[in-house]
Amino acid sequence: MNPSAPLVPLRDALAFVGAWAYLLRDTLAAMPRGLLSRRGRRLSWQNLAAQMDRVGVRSIGIVSLVLSCIGAILALQMAPPFRDLGMVATVADVIAIAVFRELGPLVVAIVLTGFAGASIAAELGTMVVSEEIDALEVHAIAPVRFLVVPRVLATTVMMVCLTVIGDLMGMLGGLVVSQLWLDVGWRQYLTHTFDVLKLKDFFTGLAKAGVFGCLLSSLACHLGLSVTGGAEGVGRATTRTVVLSIVCLIIVDLLFTAAFFFLGL
Amino acid sequence: MREVAIQIENVTKSFGGQVVLDGVSLEVYRGETLVILGGSGSGKSTLLRLMTGSLRPDSGRVVVLGRCLNDMSARELDEYRRSIGVLFQSGALFNSMTVADNVALPLREHSDLSEKVIEIVVKMKLEQVGLREHADKMPAELSGGMKKRAGLARAIALDPQVLFYDEPSAGLDPVTSAEIDQLIIDLKGKLGVTSVVVTHEMDSAFRIADRMVLLDRGRFIASGTPQEMRQSSDPAVHQFINGLIEGPLTARRRSGGYEQDLLGGGI
Repeated sequence: MNPSAPLVPLRDALAFVGAWAYLLRDTLAAMPRGLLSRRGRRLSWQNLAAQMDRVGVRSIGIVSLVLSCIGAILALQMAPPFRDLGMVATVADVIAIAVFRELGPLVVAIVLTGFAGASIAAELGTMVVSEEIDALEVHAIAPVRFLVVPRVLATTVMMVCLTVIGDLMGMLGGLVVSQLWLDVGWRQYLTHTFDVLKLKDFFTGLAKAGVFGCLLSSLACHLGLSVTGGAEGVGRATTRTVVLSIVCLIIVDLLFTAAFFFLGL
Repeated sequence: MREVAIQIENVTKSFGGQVVLDGVSLEVYRGETLVILGGSGSGKSTLLRLMTGSLRPDSGRVVVLGRCLNDMSARELDEYRRSIGVLFQSGALFNSMTVADNVALPLREHSDLSEKVIEIVVKMKLEQVGLREHADKMPAELSGGMKKRAGLARAIALDPQVLFYDEPSAGLDPVTSAEIDQLIIDLKGKLGVTSVVVTHEMDSAFRIADRMVLLDRGRFIASGTPQEMRQSSDPAVHQFINGLIEGPLTARRRSGGYEQDLLGGGI
């Protein structure tokens, strides 16, 4: 047996990350020209608006539903131990920190992985199979500028916007449960929330959201554009996008949280 | 002496150790229609992709319109690609846009024309391929032949000097196929473009070709006018253009020592 055989998966993984990083670099490099160049400009902005609508506007409902449920769940889970301590209203503090710093960005990113990531991978993969990417290239239209830039930018921007909405909905979910079943009035709940929350909690959450958006959309684009093998390949790319995105999101989340912890943010 | 539009000099290309093109040379003259014939896996699609700059040769040179594609930068390649048009096998329309937007895309990306002028140009291009009344349809609503015609309208949007066709009649019924052939002939007459057509459909090839070459296992084994090809005494040419089962192109498959293979040589 080849002695280097165990290293093959490692080499493949490195090659994958490298190719992904190249795509990210090309995307960043193409961004100014894609949005500001005189000729393609009108089309680029139209493209970007269409992607923002598809990624962001259409997922507002789902994000709201999921995050308000998470707020409610947290309230119900945390109430008994806090009640034992005689400080039920502290659930508001816990929910505020958990949602704004952590669950808001992470859960929105996971929702968008399904909503945007999978559909971007399937869409670009189908375009590879139907020769549309080749057609773009022979028309001297770079697929990165024309397809990847609007998707990555739209997902990143909308990820931040949706996180703001998600944060508020999480708080709202906790508030409704507290008002109805925990004998914590909404004024008291809000007072607790705004006392404990600092601006940095809000902004570190949004910073993470932006990075998550860039991560999941570029991964989806990379996997979509590297589809081979027809319809079966498209299915494979879609599945891999969802699985890899969630794994990467959690790992990057841990790195960020650790960094914030040690930096005292 | 006729002006050469495309010159391929001793080009080789292999994928993963398998030689697909083995030192081919070819000249296409300005304004002519050259048909590249060959069976599946003969290397003709690879040759086409070399000429459109999608692939680079391992050795040899590809020169189109006086420019060598071998060592072009991405920017130069983009510039070159604005002077060519490609019709893909499936038409390769962008499925998220209407037919008119498909044709307008190269104009919007590469010209400074106003939206009004673009609209007029798009109508003219669609009229040329007989699709003007279908401008606002989505590609999914078109038949196979219409998709190819729309793809052709998009390919000629920037008035290219060279047009490449990848299997223009594949998957079409005989009448639609003849219509596409007529379009190819018309475009050559009206625009004076140089055309390179890759195909294995004999009827279509003989209708449109000024000259044809036959590619087999990465080498040209014959070339000439349709007339010369028909009268060729070369048994391989005769076999290919008549679609015969017996002949030199298939003989090699059968000489593989079937018995030995079956019995493993161990008995």
